[in-house]
Amino acid sequence: MHPIVKTVFQRLGLGVVTLFIVSLIIFAAIELLPGDFGQAVLGQAATEETVAAFRRELGLDQPAVWRYVDWIAGVAQGDLGTSFSGRASSGVDRSRPVIDLIAPRLENTLFLAGLTAVVAVPLALFLGISAALYRNSIYDRTVNALTLTTISFPEFFVAYVLILCLTSLWPIFPSLSNISADTEFAERVYRSAMPALTLTLVIVAHMMRMTRAAIINLLASPYIQMARLTGASQREVILKHALPNAWAPIATVIAFNLAYLVVGVVVVEVVFVYPGVGQLMVDAVSSRDIPVVQGCALIFAATYIVLNLVADIVGIVTNPKLLHPK
Amino acid sequence: MKKEQYLLGQQAKYRRGQIDRRQFITSAIAAGLAVPAALGLASSVEAATPTRGGLFKIGRRHGSTTDSLDPATYENGYMQNLAYSYGNHLTEVGADGKLRGELAESYESSDAQTWVFNLRKGVEFHNGKTLDADDVIATFNHHMGEDSKSAAKGLLSAVTSIKADGPNRVVFELSAPNADFPFIVSDYHIVILPASGGQIDPTAGIGTGGYIIENHEPGVRTLMKRNPNYWKENAAYFDEIEKLALLDVTARQNAIMNGDVHAIDGVDPKTVALMGRVPTLDILEAAGTLHYTFPMRLDVAPFDNYDLRMALKYSIKRQELVDKILLGHGALGNDHPISTSNQFHAGGLAQREFDAEKAAYHYKKSGHSGAIQLSASDAAFSGAVDAAQLIAASAAEAGIQIEVVREPSDGYWSNVWNKKGWCACYWGGRPTEDWMFSSAYTDDTEWNDTAWKGTDAANKFNGLVKAARAELDNDKRATMYAECQQLIHDDGGTICPMFANHIMAVSKNVAHGEIAGNWELDGNKCNERWWMA
Repeated sequence: MHPIVKTVFQRLGLGVVTLFIVSLIIFAAIELLPGDFGQAVLGQAATEETVAAFRRELGLDQPAVWRYVDWIAGVAQGDLGTSFSGRASSGVDRSRPVIDLIAPRLENTLFLAGLTAVVAVPLALFLGISAALYRNSIYDRTVNALTLTTISFPEFFVAYVLILCLTSLWPIFPSLSNISADTEFAERVYRSAMPALTLTLVIVAHMMRMTRAAIINLLASPYIQMARLTGASQREVILKHALPNAWAPIATVIAFNLAYLVVGVVVVEVVFVYPGVGQLMVDAVSSRDIPVVQGCALIFAATYIVLNLVADIVGIVTNPKLLHPK
Repeated sequence: MKKEQYLLGQQAKYRRGQIDRRQFITSAIAAGLAVPAALGLASSVEAATPTRGGLFKIGRRHGSTTDSLDPATYENGYMQNLAYSYGNHLTEVGADGKLRGELAESYESSDAQTWVFNLRKGVEFHNGKTLDADDVIATFNHHMGEDSKSAAKGLLSAVTSIKADGPNRVVFELSAPNADFPFIVSDYHIVILPASGGQIDPTAGIGTGGYIIENHEPGVRTLMKRNPNYWKENAAYFDEIEKLALLDVTARQNAIMNGDVHAIDGVDPKTVALMGRVPTLDILEAAGTLHYTFPMRLDVAPFDNYDLRMALKYSIKRQELVDKILLGHGALGNDHPISTSNQFHAGGLAQREFDAEKAAYHYKKSGHSGAIQLSASDAAFSGAVDAAQLIAASAAEAGIQIEVVREPSDGYWSNVWNKKGWCACYWGGRPTEDWMFSSAYTDDTEWNDTAWKGTDAANKFNGLVKAARAELDNDKRATMYAECQQLIHDDGGTICPMFANHIMAVSKNVAHGEIAGNWELDGNKCNERWWMA
């Protein structure tokens, strides 16, 4: 078997083990939440009998171990369970499967993450490489200062500044990212522009500086000096000789930022009222809709694991030393 | 005087279309108005005349992915507004705060125990079915069944039987007389839905209302289009409604300032003055029944002591709380839950003021010493912790030491409220006195958050509430309810320092008549009451 394929399988196996441990942590953490769905839904109006009726109906009166086994067995078969919400009060059960709740939201989140990545990753690479190319020039300093400024502000502040500039003073984009499943692609891009722009400003600095640092780090290596002695230009040195060796750290930081785009943008979603999965999870936590919380957390964990796996593979493939270990 | 009356009469005629614009202006000039004034008057009448058409976009501070279309589960303003759009109720509270029949043309009772509702004829549901008594009965049964978890179940617990008397009459039998029963059936949960086989389909979203639900994404948006067969003549002027859940206050305020929506609720009192400067907007305020309370439980020491309760009631600067917590957007409370917008508000009851001497006197008489704990969290209402600190500061002036305990917001309603001796709380208010009292003050409700029972005053209060419920004479009821308010004000465990206003922002492109105060956004009926200017 090719060593890469072997590594991939090894990593996938480890990923499943990680996911299993994460599922234990998720379940334990949710057990620690005070209150339950019945109390959260009924709020001030909760009485002992109605809460007890809810608990019985939802199986919350079963021991925790049993509920965990029940849940994880379902997940293993690809069934994330049924949401607690949407239960009609007189017999007709119209509660929705968790997957039906999460899927359209996750699609929106992935769309926003994709749109942001399409802009941010090339931009960050370009800025990082060009900054390394013209190290310590005014260009390098300006790019550094600007990206560090945008990453230093909290996301919501960047978002509000953009709203002020691009929707109030010069109305170019809408301030509400009001999209739905049947929104056309061009319209969707237009309406998602503001959150995508905000997220781009937030993540570019990290990737750009990592690219720059990785390349500059290599420029001190003896083989780069050798390349210079052969008469290669600075541009050739960086693109042909330094960059291929810098892919591993760059891929890691890109993977990290992409994962962040999927799991951590709830603040931006709230500011632009973007119907993403982060908002869904926050709603679910506050209403104690446990199956949805568990489903979201598990999907987030899987996203991290898969993206890190991809970064590792990129690191191995681009590094012959790792590709052919002795 | 005569001229003004004549002009008002002419305006009314013009509004109703009995005279045209030329006739109206001629008559106004004849009455002595200058030409520009007459033209202006004509335009103002036109602006107040509803026109049909347009897409009305509305941003709400509520809405959750857990919202179900089942009326039994409605618990926030978003779903309430939706219920009022796609459906109707037997009765409704008008913009003037008075009750009138909606799907019931009229209702009557001779003894307040048997209530007869005469249904409007020829009303059609969105699916083409004609409204009859079976629909009403099936709807009520949905909320009353043994396993029902409906929020309206408690309201209807006194109903012993519902019978049809022909296709257009429904007769309710109650276990005890209740003069307010027609108010109770206006509760937003009890939206009349079509029955088939004696059962309603609670989550189908089909009603008799002015708007048909096109697309409902819980916690995100709802799209509705006008019901062409709507039975109400002068209502539902917009062609389409788009309702968005905009939970973040800044996002919501941005949306209306940028023109993305036409109306929002829940404007932040801190920025309302700035919002008022936006030229395209109007800020609306309506005094409502929402009130913030600090219930003291009589079953927890030291609050079982009458003098201690009095001491605390005298050590609160109510005006300061209204000014600092509500930033002036509210009204003073008088330690009872009945607001000025209720029918039987006891106006004669003297307003209780901060009085350090009386507080110190009662405190000394109570014999209590040491710090008194006050639990608060912003889950109770925004600014509750600050309000508790203000109370601690003003009580200190009277020599009473209050220790503010900051509680977690999560689980506040299950772990703190109705459990701890003294805490912060809010009540959305109820349209009638009986409803409010029997929700939180009588001895038979689980939400009696002051545990006020057993004292002489409480016994008297419980008797009065029962007697007033059975009384059909409004003058007698006014006297009884005034006494009830007095009893809570003096002996009760609640401190009610303030009633909050509903603050809303509405685009100048949208016009409306008088605004109801029972809920935000014109009693949550803006969709069918407002129109494009």
